[in-house]
Amino acid sequence: MGNLGHMTVSDLARRGESVFDRLELLLPLVSKPIQYVGGELNATLKPWDDVQVHWVLMYPDAYEVGAPNQGVQILYEVINERVDALAERTYAVWPDLEALMREAKVPQFTVDGHRAVGDFDLFGLSFSTELGYTNMLSALSLGNIPLLARERDDSHPIVIAGGHAAFNPEPISDFIDAAVLGDGEEAVLLITDLTRDWKAAGCPGGRMGLLLELAKTGVIYVPACYDVEYLADGRIQRVIPNQPEVPWRVRKHTLMDLDSWPYPKAPLVPLAETVHERMSVEIFRGCTRGCRFCQAGMITRPVRERSITGIAEMVENGLKRTGYEEVGLLSLSSADHSEIADIARNLADRYEGSETALSLPSTRVDAFNVDLANELSRNGRRSGLTFAPEGGSERLRKVINKQVTEEDLIRTVTTAYSAGWRQVKLYFMCGLPTETDEDVLQIAQLARDVIKAGREATGSRDIRCTVSIGGFVPKPHTPFQWAAQLDHATTDARLAKLRDAIRADRSYGKAIGIRYHDGKPGIVEGLLSRGDRRIGAVILAAWQDGARFDGWSEHFSYDRWMSAADRALADQCVDVDWYTIRERAKTEVLPWDHLDSGLDSEWLWEDWQAALDEVAIDDCRWTPCFDCGVCDQMETQIQVGPTGVTDLPMPMAPARAPVAEAATQPGR
Amino acid sequence: MAFSAGFSPHPKVSYANSAPTGVASEAEYFEVGVTERCDPAAVRAALDAALPPGLDIVAVVEARSPDFVQRLEASIWQIELPGLGVAEVEIAARKLLAQGEVTVERRTKNGVRAFDARGPVVSVSVEPGSGCAILRAVVRHTTPSVRPDDVLKALRQVAGLVPPAPPRVTRLAQGPLDPVGATVGDPFAHDRAPLAAAKT
Repeated sequence: MGNLGHMTVSDLARRGESVFDRLELLLPLVSKPIQYVGGELNATLKPWDDVQVHWVLMYPDAYEVGAPNQGVQILYEVINERVDALAERTYAVWPDLEALMREAKVPQFTVDGHRAVGDFDLFGLSFSTELGYTNMLSALSLGNIPLLARERDDSHPIVIAGGHAAFNPEPISDFIDAAVLGDGEEAVLLITDLTRDWKAAGCPGGRMGLLLELAKTGVIYVPACYDVEYLADGRIQRVIPNQPEVPWRVRKHTLMDLDSWPYPKAPLVPLAETVHERMSVEIFRGCTRGCRFCQAGMITRPVRERSITGIAEMVENGLKRTGYEEVGLLSLSSADHSEIADIARNLADRYEGSETALSLPSTRVDAFNVDLANELSRNGRRSGLTFAPEGGSERLRKVINKQVTEEDLIRTVTTAYSAGWRQVKLYFMCGLPTETDEDVLQIAQLARDVIKAGREATGSRDIRCTVSIGGFVPKPHTPFQWAAQLDHATTDARLAKLRDAIRADRSYGKAIGIRYHDGKPGIVEGLLSRGDRRIGAVILAAWQDGARFDGWSEHFSYDRWMSAADRALADQCVDVDWYTIRERAKTEVLPWDHLDSGLDSEWLWEDWQAALDEVAIDDCRWTPCFDCGVCDQMETQIQVGPTGVTDLPMPMAPARAPVAEAATQPGR
Repeated sequence: MAFSAGFSPHPKVSYANSAPTGVASEAEYFEVGVTERCDPAAVRAALDAALPPGLDIVAVVEARSPDFVQRLEASIWQIELPGLGVAEVEIAARKLLAQGEVTVERRTKNGVRAFDARGPVVSVSVEPGSGCAILRAVVRHTTPSVRPDDVLKALRQVAGLVPPAPPRVTRLAQGPLDPVGATVGDPFAHDRAPLAAAKT
């Protein structure tokens, strides 16, 4: 951090210096060294001393997973467009390199400038999932940054968590200095401003002075400014501010008017292979379908659409600046964009005959979705379509508010098979509230009906259906936040029955594939999702025992986590079961109650009761408001079409110059 | 750029004899199929602009015949050996050249494979560098290809030469093998020559 009083002249000379010379010696000895060299098309490298505020952004997973992440790419660009700040990226290093780095004393580095992460002012981490927590600890440790926030001094970066998991950052509150809930674009600009001003003023109050400035905004959570008190039985009694100027509750950020934030304008093109070899354009943010298990749909309200014109410009400019051959139209449920049919038709027209392929993550179960997929694959191949009924039985789909009937599904897949699609993938969950073996066994029946309908529609036996089943993990800020998670033994037994039922089917079994994981990783995810501050000790113990890359089955160890929990919680009256398979009562203070996602807790509770009563509710985009509370609380509103634009100019409009774009961007 | 036909079209780019991971190179070649005639200088500039620092497109030529890859007969490898003196490396090199065949092993996807690492070595020279000896080897391209680390393995086997620090390897050139065997020629010469000369 910029407090010069604590640094010697030689420190000054070293800040921001590249460690590549030392790293390079290790690269021939590790797997896939190209992931550590950076140099991506559209990467930005600024001279260290040209700016006042230095950000390092981490996606705490391997480069191949982290590099395509949209959130990090957006913030990277938003920060680097400022003249007073720079942002570089770092990713989790694989255990082979970690061991060599420790031996050779090479610190955790950025892939842009190969600068030590400890040199930066601000260390932002994007947590899509809780399973990245241990990788954060590796990066801090390799970066010579104390793992515990309270042990850091003015020479260390401020560690800030974001991403969906940051909506309950309590389990990592020992390790982070701050958390940001919600959309990051304006939040990073605000934090940059406050940090710059604080440094310009001579760092008043030191590290805690800046953290207090952040906390006082009411939109940045600083765990150290809050105390948690517990009841004798282990439940939380209350969470109270310990500083006079900080608010009782911290609000999430909501970015309005996506058209004025066309990021990333110049997506990164990695040299190394990654999990998404395509460009993504976010066509809207938020979802109000109201699926009760879905944390993303609850915490990203309201729906904010990008206009058809804005989308077309992002696609065209992005392709020009990247050379990608595939564009994915991203959102939580892309077929729900109010103008999706026009968007699909216009883009398909524009790029017909070129090598540019368009894709839509398809999960909505209706025939309209198939029409869209047909449009986007006009001259391409039709291999597989994915739908997500999520629950195996009609009853269960009412519980989770996934309003899909069996007839809908059969009609949809029949349309798909008739249009030439050969493979249909169906997503389900296991372990949902109120679920019985019978609910899950109905997945087998559904898959049979799908194949039967497909064979009848096409007259061919050359069609397949794959059912993919994920374990349900109750998440904070959802109606299921009070629910008991299903224990792993019951999950495994239920899935085994389903597998046996499918395999035993002589006429259809061979056409049905089944994919699932065992229930154990879900228990650890559940512990980290709904945990409180006491879980920090478990994370630390597991990491010390070697936990890394917990999202990777080859690295994950359930036993390691359970033994860490046994030790870390030994003198507490709570255990893993208490956090995971226990149902919470309405009156219980939840660890994230002081973090405001906008959702009214009364509404969430009513929706939880409606789930138990098997009552569905509609989408507020096309029915009246259900008073979930978000728009009132956050002073936001739904932003959807129609825009009145149904046709884009043909042939292609000339692209706007990047310089002109930069000048029109808001917020500064 | 041209794309292949078929179910999943992919760009027509073929890489020839790419250098092993962790090895520097000043001479990598690849062929790109295009859908229309392009100005090689413009292609060079466009590709160079899209590549990261340190990856430079040195030259682009329009191919006159489809036999380009066959012209890449051999490579010149420069192997810097930190902590070793010229004399000991020279002795080892002479021992290697004195052998008719030296079998080395390499772990591949299909298990351990044994092959001759001496035969394809056409010539070796040694010169002093700063804090290291620099070995230069002209190695013919064969199947399986003999890579710099295979040559080092052979040196270790015949002369017990073990570098105290990781060697730094650079491919200096690829091309047709010079008749004397001490160097390689310009693989683009055929495409660069004036047309009349090329036909003779």
